[in-house]
Amino acid sequence: MIEVKDLRKSFSGKTILEDVNVQMQPGQCNLIIGSSGSGKTVFMKCLVGLFQPDGGDVLYGGNNFTKMNIDQKKEIRKEIGMLFQGSALFSSMTVEENVIFPLDMFTQDTRKRKLERVNEVLNRVNLDGANKKFPAELSGGMMKRVGIARAIVLNPKYLFVDEPNSGLDPQTSGLIDKLIKEITEEYNITTVVNTHDMNSVMEIGDHIIYMYQGHKEWEGNNKEIIFSKNQRLNDFIFASEFLRDAKDMRMLEETGKIANDRNMEQLTHDDAPELIPPPAE
Amino acid sequence: MSFFNEIGKYLLMIKGMFSKPENWKMYWKEFMHQCSEIGMGSLWIVVIISVFMGAVSTVQTAYQLTNPLIPAYTIAQVVRDTVILEFAPTLVSIVLAGVVGSKIAGELGNMRVSEQIDALEIMGINTKAYLVLPKIIAALVVIPMLIVIAAMLGIWGGKLAGTMSGIISGDEFDKGLFAGFIPYNVFFAMAKAYTFAFLISSIPAYYGYNVKGGALEIGRASTKAVVVTCVAVLFADYFLAAILLKND
Repeated sequence: MIEVKDLRKSFSGKTILEDVNVQMQPGQCNLIIGSSGSGKTVFMKCLVGLFQPDGGDVLYGGNNFTKMNIDQKKEIRKEIGMLFQGSALFSSMTVEENVIFPLDMFTQDTRKRKLERVNEVLNRVNLDGANKKFPAELSGGMMKRVGIARAIVLNPKYLFVDEPNSGLDPQTSGLIDKLIKEITEEYNITTVVNTHDMNSVMEIGDHIIYMYQGHKEWEGNNKEIIFSKNQRLNDFIFASEFLRDAKDMRMLEETGKIANDRNMEQLTHDDAPELIPPPAE
Repeated sequence: MSFFNEIGKYLLMIKGMFSKPENWKMYWKEFMHQCSEIGMGSLWIVVIISVFMGAVSTVQTAYQLTNPLIPAYTIAQVVRDTVILEFAPTLVSIVLAGVVGSKIAGELGNMRVSEQIDALEIMGINTKAYLVLPKIIAALVVIPMLIVIAAMLGIWGGKLAGTMSGIISGDEFDKGLFAGFIPYNVFFAMAKAYTFAFLISSIPAYYGYNVKGGALEIGRASTKAVVVTCVAVLFADYFLAAILLKND
């Protein structure tokens, strides 16, 4: 579990994070959402230690990460995997070399055992046979999957994912979301995802934290978010006509007014006046 | 203030490099890789520059020695001393500041911008130790070797130009090489080589490691790294000469 207590961070006198308190549970996808400049990237960087917070605590399994010395932080970081927005693959290395790198650095296993593990995780992210390819030869979705493979190769307890769907088509985004969700549940990882993608919010948001101007504005899950009355959250999430319609549809599903197969014929005008055109006079 | 700020950050980077390696084998692998990159990547340009540098020295020295009372082998003495004292360590270092410096700044800058350095940090690796230290040690090993090669090739180039153009015979050139040879000059050249090697690797590493922005900033950092390194090499050249070359 990751516990964040009163986290604060500012740059040049400008407050970016203000007393953020959150608990993130294992086996769940914890999504941090918010508009650009809301502080979610800084929040994630404070969690992984790339930024030192001005105040507050970040606890990994009860251990206070912010108060640790460099060597203690190194130990915690061995339990952390991270997928970066641009994948951050080592461009001069092949897929296999990228994925085996953490094993080479931190384990004393035999070469054979390491290669077995590499093939195991590449298989898990559906990248069998891509071992000898260089990052430049991969598509965006494949690079993300290699990034995930590298992040999970050491069996981390915590997985951080920064904008997993940026630059990907909707279908590939869906596959990446599904993969993140499956891996989270399969390995019982505490996963933290920083995203703008509303599809991800709805599909994998076991726990959603909405950031607004540096503070936690709303917290809940992908079912509760549909019914949220928070105006800022609604303005952010359901920003377009299409998304508002999708929200209405999901509300109807959740309240049992239509079945999940979306049988529109069951709908009456009273159920969803905005979706059903009035009968012709 | 900005200058002192930069110096402070540079010193902090140097201090931050010294920590226990996570895995000695991986550090050794990176060190060997850097030796190959710095050494083999610069060898040909060093060879070409050195041969021509020596050849031009011979021709120009002969052109200036118009007095028939001065023996011809003096040309070899002048070529030997200028190559060992100045041309091989300083000129080659200036060239290496461009070749090696821009490569180091560009490589680290690209790694910074594409979040590869962050990825290593997240893994629990001291990136200053893993990325910067092997480059500096590799430079300290390889650049003095390149400078020794440059000195030898410079003298050989001088002899070649002298004999081919009929300025001086091979025997006379060899006689001049051994006449009045001061071994201390070699020590001085090596002192310069190690100092310049440190500057050539550490200054571009600092600029590359601290890049913020995108592709344009990487280019700017590389250019700044080369310019600052060249100026630092020239300053160091003067100070070392002032300190180590005293006739008393």
